[in-house]
Amino acid sequence: MVKVGIIGLGKMGLSHYSIINAHEDVEVVGVCDSSGYVLDVLNKYTGVDTFSDFEKMLDVQGVEAAVISTPSKLHAPMVRACLERGIHVFCEKPFCLKPEDSAALADLARSKSLVTQVGYHNRFVGAFGEAKRLLDLGTLGRVTHVLAEAYGPVVLKPKGSTWRSKKDEGGGALYDYAAHPLDLLTWYFGRPESVSGTVLGHVFSSETEDEVYTTIDWGHGMSGQLSVSWSDESQRKMTTKITIWGTHGRINVDRQECQVYLRDDAAVPAGYEKGWNVHYTTGLTQEVDFYLRGEEYSAQLDAWIKRIEKVEVDGVGNFDDATVTDELLAAIARGGSGEVQHIVSGASVDVPPVPSGWWRRMKLRLKSRRSARTMRRA
Amino acid sequence: MDRLLFGDNQFFGVNHMSEEKARAQAMRFQSVDAVMSVLDSAYDCGVTTFMCTTHDRIAEVTQRMREQPERYADQVFYPCMPYAHKYANAMADAGVIGAIRQFLPDEGFFDAAMRGGKSLAKKDIEGVTTLLIDAEMKMFEGLKTPVIFLQNVVVDLLLGLGFVDAFRIFADHVKARYGAEPGFITMNLPKLLDALDKVGVDNPIVCANINKIGFRMCGGLDAYVDVLANRPFRPIAMSVYASGAIRPDEAIEWVTSLPNLEAIVFGASSRTNIESTVKLVASAWPLSVT
Repeated sequence: MVKVGIIGLGKMGLSHYSIINAHEDVEVVGVCDSSGYVLDVLNKYTGVDTFSDFEKMLDVQGVEAAVISTPSKLHAPMVRACLERGIHVFCEKPFCLKPEDSAALADLARSKSLVTQVGYHNRFVGAFGEAKRLLDLGTLGRVTHVLAEAYGPVVLKPKGSTWRSKKDEGGGALYDYAAHPLDLLTWYFGRPESVSGTVLGHVFSSETEDEVYTTIDWGHGMSGQLSVSWSDESQRKMTTKITIWGTHGRINVDRQECQVYLRDDAAVPAGYEKGWNVHYTTGLTQEVDFYLRGEEYSAQLDAWIKRIEKVEVDGVGNFDDATVTDELLAAIARGGSGEVQHIVSGASVDVPPVPSGWWRRMKLRLKSRRSARTMRRA
Repeated sequence: MDRLLFGDNQFFGVNHMSEEKARAQAMRFQSVDAVMSVLDSAYDCGVTTFMCTTHDRIAEVTQRMREQPERYADQVFYPCMPYAHKYANAMADAGVIGAIRQFLPDEGFFDAAMRGGKSLAKKDIEGVTTLLIDAEMKMFEGLKTPVIFLQNVVVDLLLGLGFVDAFRIFADHVKARYGAEPGFITMNLPKLLDALDKVGVDNPIVCANINKIGFRMCGGLDAYVDVLANRPFRPIAMSVYASGAIRPDEAIEWVTSLPNLEAIVFGASSRTNIESTVKLVASAWPLSVT
């Protein structure tokens, strides 16, 4: 049994808690949130041990692995506090707002052989996984261009009361929405060289962007475009779609289906033929032991738990992977003027260590209190 | 309970196979007239139970039916609540408590303040839960709702959390207030039956994916077949075609051969499709339909 602590009980936190609590290899030993009401109700009706101080929970409950679903700006200090205690971490996306933090934490986790993962659930969607498999097989030949899109109905009027509407807390369509298609791009094609022509457009929000458009360059004759809006009411819920053009064909992929067009010169994989092929989610999805809201949410936590049991540091969506996505996100965030922004590997950047001991604990405690009012998680 | 129940996914752009098909359906059923026309076809084929989400647009359907009581004399609704996306979006926007406050009813404010306010303060979920149920049920006023379902996203969230008392609270309230049978939709049938046993909800109506290929049947096909044969509950099968992955005749032949299955819920966008499903099912099950 893996002893898990849950940090943050907003929308994503509750969902992760429910899924992992149903996992047969997991014992949830404590939950932590800034809302006393949510904690009291959970304790009263489920009997779970509840905490308002996450470090206290980590120290007294024997937590071996933590699920962090707090506002994005809290990820870095909370992840660090876990890793320093030798605790495996599953962190909601985006990983860290500063890529230097991401790289430092990925290094720290690796040095301690801790199993990490970031909640990029699309990597566990059958159709997106099939596209990855075909790309790795080289089925499309040389890829020349990719279009990554995500649209959904999140901000449909000028208002906003939570951390999601605050730029410095990781709010905005870039970190909240564009992170998903961008993570698929770094999974499929690795770290790009630069971004340019970035538009961070406002539709309804005053402080944060509602639209993200940018051109991405991988530097070997391969380009990409990103088109994202979270102010699109025509969508029932978030839809993410990737279109890939190569010398041997084309792939259109979303959560439901993987459509593949193969030219005559393509090496056709088993189960495919020349021309159009359509593979649906029903055929591409692996069944899960407990279903809440899409197999991918269960599959990603199950993959993390299984890796912890085998102490497998490498794995899909670990901190190393998420660091590359954070570097791309940061370059787009810097590029609001439209100028070229080069993407550098954050691994080479030296980060001053977070102070340890009494002062660090005080600072983190103050920080978590300050954000308590806004702490409603994804 | 009728053996064939009509579902509503097709009306709201829900399609588990394709975003393009989902969008085409959303366009086609943009007007209530288009929805009514398909519901009329179902009704005229003898499929008079509509199992529907408490989506805002259903209020337009129920209003039309209230206006023509003779035309829809046999119409029965099985409301499924809540329509989860509105809560999910509100939670991202306003947090858990903010979202709940947002959906507490405006009318009967004092009642709401008493039941909801007191229970919010006492950390007692009973008052808030019953208020939210009443708010969702408003659109069915004056219509027949003999079974009221809790949607799978809520059932399975509570199931995972171990928050199983909520099932009893829901069951007690829909029985007492609406004289209805409680129903539960789930993707985790065997596990849910254990939880309902634990809180004393006896012989529950449970709707789950039941299809030949085991699509979204958590616990596995064998475990589902086993509980169907051996556990006391009233099963309704949904997703019998597994979103189109199984041929209709094959799907229906398999599902109607299962022991103890009480009903099948299906969606269709045209009279032809409704008729062919009715015909297929009628060849295996005696249906009192035209």
